[in-house]
Amino acid sequence: MRRASWFNIGSLALGLAFLYLPIVILVIYSFNASRLVTVWGGWSIRWYAELIDDRAMLESAWVTLRIAFLSASAATVLGTLAALALVRFGRFRGRVLFSGMIYAPLVMPEVITGLALLLLFVAIDIDRGFWTIAIAHTTLITCFVTVVVQSRLLTFDTTLEEAAMNLGCPPVKTFLTVTLPLIAPALVSGWMLAFTLSLDDLVVASFTTGPGATTLPIRIYSEVRLGVKPEINAVCTILIALVAIGIASASLLAKFHHGGRGAMAGLAGR
Amino acid sequence: MSKLEAQRSWGERLILLVPYLWLAAFFLVPFLIVLKISLSHTAVAQPPYTPVFDVAAGWSGVIRALSTLSLENYALLGSDSLYLASYIKSLEIAAGSTLLLLLIGFPIAYGMARAPRRWQPVVFVLVVLPFWTSFLIRIYAWINILQRDGLLNQLLLALRIVDEPPAWLSTDTAVYLGIVYSYLPFMVLPIYATLEKMDETLLEAAADLGCPNWKAFWLVTLPLSRPGMVAGALLCFIPIVGEFVIPDLLGSSQTMMIGQTLWAEFFANRDWPVASAVAVVLLCLLVMPIVIYEQVQTRDLARGG
Repeated sequence: MRRASWFNIGSLALGLAFLYLPIVILVIYSFNASRLVTVWGGWSIRWYAELIDDRAMLESAWVTLRIAFLSASAATVLGTLAALALVRFGRFRGRVLFSGMIYAPLVMPEVITGLALLLLFVAIDIDRGFWTIAIAHTTLITCFVTVVVQSRLLTFDTTLEEAAMNLGCPPVKTFLTVTLPLIAPALVSGWMLAFTLSLDDLVVASFTTGPGATTLPIRIYSEVRLGVKPEINAVCTILIALVAIGIASASLLAKFHHGGRGAMAGLAGR
Repeated sequence: MSKLEAQRSWGERLILLVPYLWLAAFFLVPFLIVLKISLSHTAVAQPPYTPVFDVAAGWSGVIRALSTLSLENYALLGSDSLYLASYIKSLEIAAGSTLLLLLIGFPIAYGMARAPRRWQPVVFVLVVLPFWTSFLIRIYAWINILQRDGLLNQLLLALRIVDEPPAWLSTDTAVYLGIVYSYLPFMVLPIYATLEKMDETLLEAAADLGCPNWKAFWLVTLPLSRPGMVAGALLCFIPIVGEFVIPDLLGSSQTMMIGQTLWAEFFANRDWPVASAVAVVLLCLLVMPIVIYEQVQTRDLARGG
């Protein structure tokens, strides 16, 4: 017996309003014609037009996207391997340390991770910039991929693999033709999660960056500290739109494959 | 057959070794370096600390290095009340906002779990969606609203609730608001997960035995949703203690949270050893809740959750 009482509907509606209102206001104000961010001067797309001429902002966006792509891909490989090890290998030497290293970054304050990675890069004396951020992000987001893939592997029907092996299929081929296609939705949502986390990150990137590698969050942060600007509203709106498109296409993809469950698990993974 | 076994175990070893080595190199080793640097002396140089270990000097070097290890940075943390105030402020804000998150998150999760079955996927996506958008953007959105001539004050003035626009930015209220806003899904989802799995026949049994609804909620629903609340609280509390972006953009500069202190020590004062010591002490503070979190995580996974 399920009845939606007024209290339940009310708390849900209030909660959703609280979550969405600030974002909606931000999006609306990005189309404000007035330079004064608090005065409504009619609809306009002038801030978007000005963005196209902002070389520095575009440069940052490009750097950020490349880093996110690289580190999300690397993290998907590492995270999947780690998930396989955790789910399939049972007890092995160093398991406690291994799972500790997997789960700790989930909750570790970013200032600590950032500081630690920077001190490592200084100690081994490599030039900081694009590659150091990519390495740092890979380390930071691998655990999220692991959690997503792990939850898929736990509900995995291993008899399919056994059947393939019994019919003489070698392990590597079994993995590639049976296991991988079955966990693919989890890999996709893990990759997407990793990608958005890398796009998002300010703190770790600030610690590990160097000359010539100013990511979008670093640039937005330095502008935001000086106050609200209509151009920043426009940048943020574009980012929100990109994420929304990404999520929508991913959930359509998942619906196509697995009736929506894969995307659910993936979204819940964070 | 034996050849196949050997081959497989070699492949398995590789599966384990690759992520293991990566995490050891880029997660574990960096922390050892932090520990090492927190024990070294501050120097006006590049990098701004004197190296503790000189590998070239061999064993005698190690012994000499051990004798130069100093606890001066930790002594500084203890003697300067700035750091202590910062730690206390962080724990205070983390505890307060975790409590607020529980109070706000529970009704939302409850509403989600009690929504009709066919709505649930939609409601779920609606709750999760905002936290796929950038953390920074969501905090920035609040600056838009909270600034002195922002929408909130315009609304309050228009409704004649206040005569003078109050300052919202640079206050603890704004920090609490920003934290609750940003961490809400981290609290809602674990609670929702336990409530959703709950056996509803238990509530029917309670009702059949004449237990009023509110009492059934108190005696059945609430205790059964405790694992979710614990997981949610830990998932929020631990990162909030070290939070940097939210207090930096929304809070005042008078009492800084420890994440800000670490950032300032590192970027403004360029005192890397002290920054490292701040990080080590913070880590020690968080080790207990992190261990509890891991236990909860492993137990949930073992249950197939």
